[in-house]
Amino acid sequence: MKKFSIPLLLAAIAIGTVVAAHFELIDLYIQTIIMFIGVNIILSSSFNIINGYMGEFACGHAGFMAVGAYITSILNVMLFTSSKTFGDPLLSPELALWFFPVTMIIGGIAASITGLLVAIPSFKTRDDYLAIITLAANFIIVSLFINMDSLGGARGFMGMKQVVFAMEDVVFIPWMLIWTFIFTYFVVFLIRRFVASTYGKGIIAIHQDEIAAEIMSVDTNKMKLVAFMFSSGLAGVAGGLFAHILGYINPNSFNILKSTECLVMVYLGGMGSLSGSVIAAILFTLLIELLRFIIPAADTLIHLLPIVPDTFHLSQVLKWVIIPFILVILMQFRPEGIMGNRELSDFFPKLKKYYEFK
Amino acid sequence: MSLLKIDGLTQQFGGLTAVSNFKTEFQGNELMGLIGPNGAGKTTVFNIVSGFYKPTQGNILFKGKSIDGLKPHSVTGMGVARTFQNIRLWHDMTLLDNILISQHYNLGYNLFDLFLRNRRYMDNEKRMKNIAMQLLEQLDLVQFKDEKPKNLPYGIQRKIEIARALSVKPSLLLLDEPAAGLNSSDVQDLIKLISWIHKEFDIAIWMIEHQMAVVMSLCSWIQVIDFGKTIAQGTPEEIQNNPDVIKAYLGDDKI
Repeated sequence: MKKFSIPLLLAAIAIGTVVAAHFELIDLYIQTIIMFIGVNIILSSSFNIINGYMGEFACGHAGFMAVGAYITSILNVMLFTSSKTFGDPLLSPELALWFFPVTMIIGGIAASITGLLVAIPSFKTRDDYLAIITLAANFIIVSLFINMDSLGGARGFMGMKQVVFAMEDVVFIPWMLIWTFIFTYFVVFLIRRFVASTYGKGIIAIHQDEIAAEIMSVDTNKMKLVAFMFSSGLAGVAGGLFAHILGYINPNSFNILKSTECLVMVYLGGMGSLSGSVIAAILFTLLIELLRFIIPAADTLIHLLPIVPDTFHLSQVLKWVIIPFILVILMQFRPEGIMGNRELSDFFPKLKKYYEFK
Repeated sequence: MSLLKIDGLTQQFGGLTAVSNFKTEFQGNELMGLIGPNGAGKTTVFNIVSGFYKPTQGNILFKGKSIDGLKPHSVTGMGVARTFQNIRLWHDMTLLDNILISQHYNLGYNLFDLFLRNRRYMDNEKRMKNIAMQLLEQLDLVQFKDEKPKNLPYGIQRKIEIARALSVKPSLLLLDEPAAGLNSSDVQDLIKLISWIHKEFDIAIWMIEHQMAVVMSLCSWIQVIDFGKTIAQGTPEEIQNNPDVIKAYLGDDKI
């Protein structure tokens, strides 16, 4: 029984939140934040495969997220809603509920195939040069979507809200919240199994000494291919969720700033720590949302002082001063991140009784 | 059929000929030495055999199959393991993980088995763990199994690297300067260890070494190279008295 206590706890959190959302005990704003925490957990833990476990410096994660977001959205809009771009629905809208996970996985597969754009150069390149390639891949993907006028171009693509409504027409419960919980748990579960196996530890061996890995029979090219495709595929899943939560996507929401957010989360949590990236994703999302309130509050506070001129206001842009500054401080005093490369169970050995973390 | 047969091996880096027309043959489980002054091309020979370089000319037959041009991991999978001059362990992983990851040539399951954690995955993980534990017991390293190599003394790290190489069940073990950086008592232990491995695991060992005490007491046949060319080969006694070898190591009378 003890061994199941953590999965049971997670299930209880999910069911509790969904029930509370259904009976409108928590408002839409809080629900959206919870869903974004889920998306960020997927993003940071999947990015951790490359930047943490494999020790490469990739910085184009948002590009793969964009592929997943667009493919999933196009499929769902085309199949289940009537839109200007694609006309009448190809399938009955009631089926949206059953096909949603399928289209999400197709989006993930498409993103992982795009991952080849980075995986193949990684056979011969590493470090700074690979970082430049990943950056370029991000730009290529974003520019591609900007220039596809049939998909709305720079104005973005919408219609995903109709898909969510179609699901809610079948059974009226907060479906996106449910899907976010399911996919987040599933992704963390997959990554945990991957890095705990001898197969997955091959990528940690590449991190620590690539030549030794190759000579000790680890097929480094294959492992890099697996790691990059796995990571970018999961980013695609996160993109699909993101698109359906917002109901609207725009190529510029997947630009380098989004990739930077992923980087911040990975380095905040600790490279090579799964629990670290989960904790960092939660903290980071909450911090961004808290600053939304703190900055106006601070603004009114400083205006109580007579010396501050009325024309001066603290803007929301300050968020992007405070968060990088936190990162600078973190790198200075705790360069390994919150968790380093350890898991929660290394800090609290008692947790091992409840669940096998590695 | 000989275990390893190298014929006419030449490696050029631009205009530099690092190894020229190198020949050697392992009939069965010999313990052979490869010596020579610094920069003679010894490690290059090992790098070619283990697959890091594709030779300019020549062929390498291992158990009758050509291995030149194969990737290092496939060469290792066929049964050629090696150690490095400077220790190349995965220093941030436990000793057990170090041995386990070397089982990659024979995982026995694929990515889907891993995600499903089915019978095949569990059985193979268990099998690999048993192999690793058995090896650690044989080499008397069990007490360090949860330690990270970086926290262990240098002599033990050398031993771990040899243990890791043995975990791929090689038929040929290449040791690149195993005694480098060891003190004299560690060197005595190493000599005992290598000759024990040679008997216990019944494998061929080919070693590069600068410490003559190690080479002369272990190897049955020694090959000397200088500037990529083989200048002498023979039993340790023959090599010790060979004028060409003395010249290569100590120089000429003439100035």
